[in-house]
Amino acid sequence: MYIDPHAHMISRTTDDYQAMAASGVVAVIEPAFWVGQPRTHVGTYIDYLSAIIGFERFRAGQFGIRHYCTVGLNSKEANNEALAEAVMDILPRFALKEGVVAIGEIGYDEQTELEDRYFRQQLDLAKELDLPVMIHTPHRDKKRGTTRSMDVCEEHGMDPTKIVVDHNNEETVREVLDRGYWAAFSIYPSTKMGNERMVDILAEYGAERIMVDSACDWGISEPLGVAKTARLALERGIPQEQVNMVCYANALAAYGQSGQMSEDDWLNPPPIDQRTVYEGNSILRGGRDPVVEDHAVSRNANKLIIE
Amino acid sequence: MSTPAELLQRWLTERASRENCDWLQAQLDKVLRANSDRDLHITLGMIPRKFGRDDLSLTADELAAAHAARPNWNPADWSIDTAARILVLCRLAERGEEQFGATFTDLSRSADLAESIALYSGVPLYPAGDALDEQIGEGLRTNMRAVFEAIAHHNPYPAENFSENRWNHMVLKALFIDSTLAPIQGLDDRANAELATILCDYAHERWAAGRPVTPELWRCVGPFATGPMIDDLARVIDNGTELERQAALLALAASSDPAAREIVGKFPETGEAIANGSLTWDSLTAAVD
Repeated sequence: MYIDPHAHMISRTTDDYQAMAASGVVAVIEPAFWVGQPRTHVGTYIDYLSAIIGFERFRAGQFGIRHYCTVGLNSKEANNEALAEAVMDILPRFALKEGVVAIGEIGYDEQTELEDRYFRQQLDLAKELDLPVMIHTPHRDKKRGTTRSMDVCEEHGMDPTKIVVDHNNEETVREVLDRGYWAAFSIYPSTKMGNERMVDILAEYGAERIMVDSACDWGISEPLGVAKTARLALERGIPQEQVNMVCYANALAAYGQSGQMSEDDWLNPPPIDQRTVYEGNSILRGGRDPVVEDHAVSRNANKLIIE
Repeated sequence: MSTPAELLQRWLTERASRENCDWLQAQLDKVLRANSDRDLHITLGMIPRKFGRDDLSLTADELAAAHAARPNWNPADWSIDTAARILVLCRLAERGEEQFGATFTDLSRSADLAESIALYSGVPLYPAGDALDEQIGEGLRTNMRAVFEAIAHHNPYPAENFSENRWNHMVLKALFIDSTLAPIQGLDDRANAELATILCDYAHERWAAGRPVTPELWRCVGPFATGPMIDDLARVIDNGTELERQAALLALAASSDPAAREIVGKFPETGEAIANGSLTWDSLTAAVD
């Protein structure tokens, strides 16, 4: 069983859900994020958040995957002050919805004053509602941005054990772990981590407080990032127990602190969910062994028949 | 006799801890007194955390009390958090229809799945009004089957309030999304000639695509079956599975057309089962499940 604790499924196809389910993914966490171009009205934000707490959760359930999300104002859009103010007003309405496991992904992009202001306000909101936080570390000036993110968390009296610092790399991981935070790695081709580098990190640092995600979105990305990393790690001698921690158990422990995510959700779902929103997972029903190759099947242009 | 809100209150008291019931009462007082949206959202959001999401599992007596308090109200499938949320909505309704309608629309627009199911399951208990009715129309357009079924299934509101057009499209959509018709209240009472025509067209589309046609479809066709519709039913008898044949004969038995009676006469055994009540739509749909 795997959990992908960072996957923007709203941008992905049903093929991806099928492939993820077949590879052994039982749960995904969809962080609220930037959708590729700026939103200019709070209304589009409201509809976006409604979609990730509603339809996307339902859509995932049809493939036997339990769907959770985080809500927050992302760092890019924090720079539109009028929009940001309006989003801050509506966030409390969404933060207590079912399956919201954190405030996130929040943090810095260009490390502007406005980004800083709304990052801090959202840390306070997370503290008030006793929710974990998912931190997006910046693509540019990453090392200093990561350090600053943690400095600010501590200024606001946040508990590091409730904070996941995401998009780490070889340069940031040591400090994040030493300061007591969860360290997430996004296996994302070209721009973030590759899975061979990831396996090297596991060999060096072990599995404690480390988790792997795909961060798959509207870019060229890999929804099987978690499953493929797990397999590669096993092939290269990382112990099964550690692979289980970084590809499943640690994400559950970190985000489970919200009270909104528990193993029972997929192993023993409430009757109301079984009747309404969750079709069950074929792997858990004793279907077939996890596979990662099936992905190509429906995309194969030589398979001509569509029924 | 108790009101629906009083019943919900009693069922919760009997199933939840004293602490949680007191919490809900305090929140309700706060929401109603302060007229605060923020408190309302927090209350609705906290309910599953406090009460859990187990089935309400009402007894036969409790279900009978529900029916007595509000004819055809059927909370048999409700979960405990759904019941608590609908209690909140019932209390909000005391503020008057106009304000309630606006609140209902606003809550629906940012509801999560379980909240959507709760909001729409409760519609037979709320004060009727244009805003409510419009939002229910919006709910029917959902892509989420569970939300659609919260309106369509075990719910007296559609049969009591829907126009013929909205009713017909609800029935058609239920078939379209692989839902079922049997749990729709008033299915036989609201059957109409227009719907029978639409459903036969739909059956032809399915046949053309080589897809199966659910036997339930014929239930709404039967009473209005004449001419080509009887030919369609004869085709089902010729080509269908045993269940499909039984459905077609049930439908034909409901038609007053002599041609329909003639076909039923050729199947004396099934005709007898229909006449003596051992083959009904209920028994047939139970067999399909």
